[in-house]
Amino acid sequence: MAGVAGGNDFQWCFSQVKGAIDEDVAEADIISTVEFNNSGEFLATGDKGGRVVIFQHEQECKNRPHLRGEYNVYSTFQSHEPEFDYLKSLEIEEKINKIRWLPQQNSAHFLLSTNDKTIKLWKISERDKRAEGYNLKDEDGRLRDPFRITSLRVPVLMPMDLMVEASPRRVFANAHTYHINSISVNSDHQTYLSADDLRINLWHLEITDRSFNIVDIKPANMEELTEVITAAECQPNQCNVFVYSSSKGTIRLCDMRAAALCDRHTKFFEEPEDPSSRSFFSEIISSISDVKFSHSGRYMMTRDYLSVKVWDLNMENRPVETYQVHEYLRSKLCSLYENDCIFDKFECCWNGSDSAIMTGSYNNFFRMFDRNTRKDITLEASRESSKPRGTLKPRKVSTGGKRKKDEISVDSLDFNKKILHTAWHPKENVIAVAATNNLYIFQDKIN
Amino acid sequence: MSLLCQAPTALVGWPPWLEASVQHASQFWMANMYSKGTKRKFSDSVDVATDNKAVLYSRQRQSLLDMSLIKLQLCHMLVEPNMCRSVLIANTVRHIQEEMTHDGSWQLVTEAFSGSGPSDHLVATEVLCRSSVLEQQDGGPKLYSVMGYDSCHEEEVVTDEGLCSVAVGDGAPALLGTIDHCWDRAVEDRVIKDSGSEVKDGTRSWEGAKTVMGQVFGTFEIKNGAPGSDPALEELFSAVDASYYDLDTILTDIQSTPKMGPYNLLDSMTSSHGPTSNSSCRTDLNELDHIMEIIVGS
Repeated sequence: MAGVAGGNDFQWCFSQVKGAIDEDVAEADIISTVEFNNSGEFLATGDKGGRVVIFQHEQECKNRPHLRGEYNVYSTFQSHEPEFDYLKSLEIEEKINKIRWLPQQNSAHFLLSTNDKTIKLWKISERDKRAEGYNLKDEDGRLRDPFRITSLRVPVLMPMDLMVEASPRRVFANAHTYHINSISVNSDHQTYLSADDLRINLWHLEITDRSFNIVDIKPANMEELTEVITAAECQPNQCNVFVYSSSKGTIRLCDMRAAALCDRHTKFFEEPEDPSSRSFFSEIISSISDVKFSHSGRYMMTRDYLSVKVWDLNMENRPVETYQVHEYLRSKLCSLYENDCIFDKFECCWNGSDSAIMTGSYNNFFRMFDRNTRKDITLEASRESSKPRGTLKPRKVSTGGKRKKDEISVDSLDFNKKILHTAWHPKENVIAVAATNNLYIFQDKIN
Repeated sequence: MSLLCQAPTALVGWPPWLEASVQHASQFWMANMYSKGTKRKFSDSVDVATDNKAVLYSRQRQSLLDMSLIKLQLCHMLVEPNMCRSVLIANTVRHIQEEMTHDGSWQLVTEAFSGSGPSDHLVATEVLCRSSVLEQQDGGPKLYSVMGYDSCHEEEVVTDEGLCSVAVGDGAPALLGTIDHCWDRAVEDRVIKDSGSEVKDGTRSWEGAKTVMGQVFGTFEIKNGAPGSDPALEELFSAVDASYYDLDTILTDIQSTPKMGPYNLLDSMTSSHGPTSNSSCRTDLNELDHIMEIIVGS
């Protein structure tokens, strides 16, 4: 795949936008997670109202071969409901924190969805035939009087309109005292891990009443708590390896073969702090909000407040690449602390070939970095800049001094419009960007 | 949801109250400097500029501390607070405290509290007035490590002997608890009912700044209005650094509370293990024992 910016490289075009157009955004409609499945045929979103919407990639139209197909709604279901914890008198939000697809093994599709406390395994299956001609019941389901039946017939399968059913197959509950922030399916396709603020558990997909605790960083005295787990992921090739990131900007790699409880890490990744840029906000902005392995498994990427870093698993003392997402915010940290934006958790993602990475920012901007050419681009997900199949125009934030035409100044950025969740198709150059309650899908123009 | 927790649609630098605070501080300084009527040499003006910066930094840091404490208090009123956010804010508070302890301004605060009566809101004014008066007298605290939010330079650390040698009083509700008490009363009353200590004209601008801040903070609805009525709240503020003050001796309204930190609050919210020496809990346990005895028939 070629790079992401300029020249005869990709040109990102608007493809679709899903969601309401009104200015008034219902809290429940805010998208909280976006995830392509392993083939890219399906795209799942979760929202604050506990719903999951799955889109399917339609086949290309024969009469418009220059366009890839569109994503249309395939299934919608209520995954989680709000609950009330009577012991603590606290509400448990139904917001979907993460969705992870399982590798496909038969005609049905499986995904894991989680809120703060409970993980559920959903089976999404299609039904396009139904049996007709039952003996004991009518077509509308009413039971027949057995004495009236004079002959027997064999029911036959007749085609019907496609119906997509989502059914919960497993519920993995009561294993997390704190809020779940990550789930990750293991490469063995049998187990997965779930991480909350202080603990990580390992589950078997078939077993719901037991899970193994593999990391526990809860101090004996909670007064001594200074660090929490922020994200965790299984290594894509080695089923015994996983990583977890912390609020202090560190990443620990653990090998489950070493011990049952992986409190002692195998590798410890931390970049030494630059003493010249130390401030009261240093720790907060170093807190890692997302960690993702590359598809190759050789690298991992971490997102902190102002930057994205790529780490080589073989080198612990510093990242191999650092990309500044919105360095112009460094002088605004006090205000961002005041309005809580400094605690926003941005995600990041790799493209299929690991040559490019993407992450979100404010004002509905999102950024892409080409690791080979070192070029970067800022694009915007908004209805105004989205004309059908129109190429997206690169955006620029002016960092002081004269503001050029088409540039936007830092003080004009809308901090309510944040792109926290993005996803990149595993095989093609199609990206999904969640902007509050709208889902934007962009594709590159096939030359 | 509080004002602070709403994200503004556009970032326009510091919020008005913070800017006003900083502006008042620098205006106070300017007024003071010119009223002295002495000839200014070059070195004097440099010193004044440095001291001005120090005062500015001190105010910035204080504002950050206040802001952090508000956030901590508010976040424990929410449905269930985001633990990562709480931990990061608490770490920030600890960092500020360490620095203030290091340069002696924390001791200054605790000293000011000693010998004060239980009139919490008056104490707040007194402390702040005395701080500003001291600054006026000494020309401001000497420079400690200045790490401004905008600049990236670390300057020399110089501590002021006078400030550091101030005796630590026998207790203080910590600045934190007092700030809390400031919120639910009209700020104007407090500012007018002055401490009675040496109030000069120069302090009025500082009080003005406090009025602005107090008005903003005064709009917050604090759930537990009466001071000390929420042991959890006091616990949150009490054990930031136990060696510098003793909560129990100052706030007479407050029953003796265990030295629980903010994290015990988190702990008690999230798990039921760990001893809680809350008196109401003890009562419940006694009742439970009583009920069990009846059931068992012993």
